[in-house]
Amino acid sequence: MEVALMQRRLEDYTKSLFMEGLLDAQFLQLQQLQDDSNPEFVREVVSLFFEDSQKLLNDLTSALDQQIVDFRKVDSYVHQLKGSSSSIGAQRVKNTCIVFRTFCEEQNAEGCVRCLQQVKQEYYLVKTRLETLYRLEQQVVAAGGSIPAVEFNSF
Amino acid sequence: MARNGGFSRRRRSGSADGFDLSPTDSEEAHVLAVDDSLVDRKFIERLLKTSSCKVTAVDSGMRALQFLGLDEEKSPVDFDSLKVDLIITDYCMPGMTGYELLKKIKECSALREIPVVIMSSENVVARIDRCLEEGAEDFIMKPVKPSDVRRLKDYMARGFRGESCERNNHKRKLHDHSSDHLFQSSSPSVSPASWSSTSLTSGSADPSSPPSVSSSQPQSPLIASSAPSSPSSLEIWNHRPDGSE
Repeated sequence: MEVALMQRRLEDYTKSLFMEGLLDAQFLQLQQLQDDSNPEFVREVVSLFFEDSQKLLNDLTSALDQQIVDFRKVDSYVHQLKGSSSSIGAQRVKNTCIVFRTFCEEQNAEGCVRCLQQVKQEYYLVKTRLETLYRLEQQVVAAGGSIPAVEFNSF
Repeated sequence: MARNGGFSRRRRSGSADGFDLSPTDSEEAHVLAVDDSLVDRKFIERLLKTSSCKVTAVDSGMRALQFLGLDEEKSPVDFDSLKVDLIITDYCMPGMTGYELLKKIKECSALREIPVVIMSSENVVARIDRCLEEGAEDFIMKPVKPSDVRRLKDYMARGFRGESCERNNHKRKLHDHSSDHLFQSSSPSVSPASWSSTSLTSGSADPSSPPSVSSSQPQSPLIASSAPSSPSSLEIWNHRPDGSE
């Protein structure tokens, strides 16, 4: 019984991430690529995303802190962040990056700084939620249950 | 066999050291994936492996050329033992872009027959055209979908290289929508699956090239990207009739 409840909680939590737009269908693609031969695939890719993103955010902070901002460099970092967030389905991070890039093109430092703040917020939010998701999954597995597959059409 | 790039691979000269590719396994296609993004490399590698491909993933054009034996003094005499069936490369990479890598490969007589596919997160028409003109077999929008990979396997299976002269017929309808939009770019209205064998024209009677280019997804019709992952009329763009996801 407890397992079923945990599974239900996990399912609801997962759905909420999609409903709130934090994740998109690409995340489901990742999950579909995970199987018994690669049971940690999603976690591995997401971990790489976290490492990658943290570095990019640090680089962005430093780049925007310069007296004279190198917008090409800033744009390059944002492009990378947009790419990796898109690859794992971190939709809101990706969308913020899209806006961020327009400020880079306009060479609008103020706009860039605001976007950086926002992208950081979105990133930390999705990071926290994904970490919680992973914990919930582990609880289900530890209790002997299997992780229910979530169908995109179900929301 | 999968590698996440970041180190150079030397051409095998018959010895077993270096890496553990099984020798010329004719059953599994061997794909060389090139992408500077670690996240993307891991993703594409897994995607390819679930489609029964052997994958070598490297992080730069330089490393790709090293793997293919192009940067060495001697010509890649035993290139056959590497047997790369497809090269899939990101466009935007520091140092050497995917386009530059494509050019170098096509300039090399030993390698030019290998189909090269370019990936990009940006839907830039001029970029796509340039790559196609330079000899790329396809241009795929990121993130890459399983349906894209299925199509790639068709290229390899059909000996696509021999049809490369028909590239002029493969211009798909161009849309000037930016790739930067708020929807997941999973289903373009136009699939480049038609490139490989038929020209993409409306009203074509060719069953593998349906006339309709409308997308059932609420987003801008990106060109040169994957067929939709959800079952829809666009599934018939794929060479394979099943089109199921």
